[in-house]
Amino acid sequence: MRYFEDMRVGERTELGSHTFTADEIEAFARRYDPQRFHIDEGEAARSHFGALCASGWHTTAVYMRHFVDFERREAERMRAAGETPAKAGPSPGLRDLRWLRPVYAGDTISFAREVKELRDVANRPGWGLTVALNTGTNQNGEVVVSFVGAKFAEKRAKP
Amino acid sequence: MPKYYWEDFVAGQVAEYGAYEVSADEIKAFATEFDPQPMHLDEEAARASIVGGLCASGWHSCAIMMRIIADGFVLDSASMGATGCPEVKWIAPVRPGDRLRVRVKVLDRRVSKSRPEMGFVNARFDMLNAADLPVMTVTTHMMLERRPTDGAGEPTGAT
Repeated sequence: MRYFEDMRVGERTELGSHTFTADEIEAFARRYDPQRFHIDEGEAARSHFGALCASGWHTTAVYMRHFVDFERREAERMRAAGETPAKAGPSPGLRDLRWLRPVYAGDTISFAREVKELRDVANRPGWGLTVALNTGTNQNGEVVVSFVGAKFAEKRAKP
Repeated sequence: MPKYYWEDFVAGQVAEYGAYEVSADEIKAFATEFDPQPMHLDEEAARASIVGGLCASGWHSCAIMMRIIADGFVLDSASMGATGCPEVKWIAPVRPGDRLRVRVKVLDRRVSKSRPEMGFVNARFDMLNAADLPVMTVTTHMMLERRPTDGAGEPTGAT
């Protein structure tokens, strides 16, 4: 993890992309969201979606994996430079989560994160709050998911 | 035939679903795939973290909530998915052994202007632990088909 001081309002990070297969869409959905259009290609074809598509919670979980992998790469970079990476901070939540378009089997979604706000928090000395707009965009350039997430980030120790 | 259509969701209705028991193994399995941060993966690392012990990824809590409401009413309904969640608040950590329930409150509803055969239901989901304390609150916009007027979708045993 990077430190609170390492982030800048307006910074945009491309987090990488993921191709959603029918098998993983069905596996996630059978476990957590077994609606017919997420678990059965035939039923999905007859539904208003027209084809098998991922649970919205699957899409956001895959976003999270990409964000954590980005922060782990940053931590590795810091360790290589002789620095101690920041501790992972919790998230109080998010707002404006929008599932704008279905994520169909075979779609490749590219995730990105843009820092919108960096604030001090009165009741958590040593930590700041990062507010970021997160998006997933499909292979046709259409935004399929977006949300504004918040996460606590550790501050550097004062010398 | 679905049991519940858009018409069956009335502002002010409250219902409760669950319980769902979360294990340490499930917390680690979800985190390994989607949110590999120390506080979700390993007891010892979690104890040293800001949250003080192993806890579920917030995205895992969302997925569990989805499973509870799926089994509770969504799979028996003419659900068309959801357009998003104006707010997701992670209030308290979800720990191994927690037994979770979801209290659903219907806030309001409207018919789609562009697609009169469907409607939106705005609801609030409070996920509660065994001590009745909220661990997460979600507001959401669900989409549901309206009850067919040819009588095919009439509820059985209802007046």
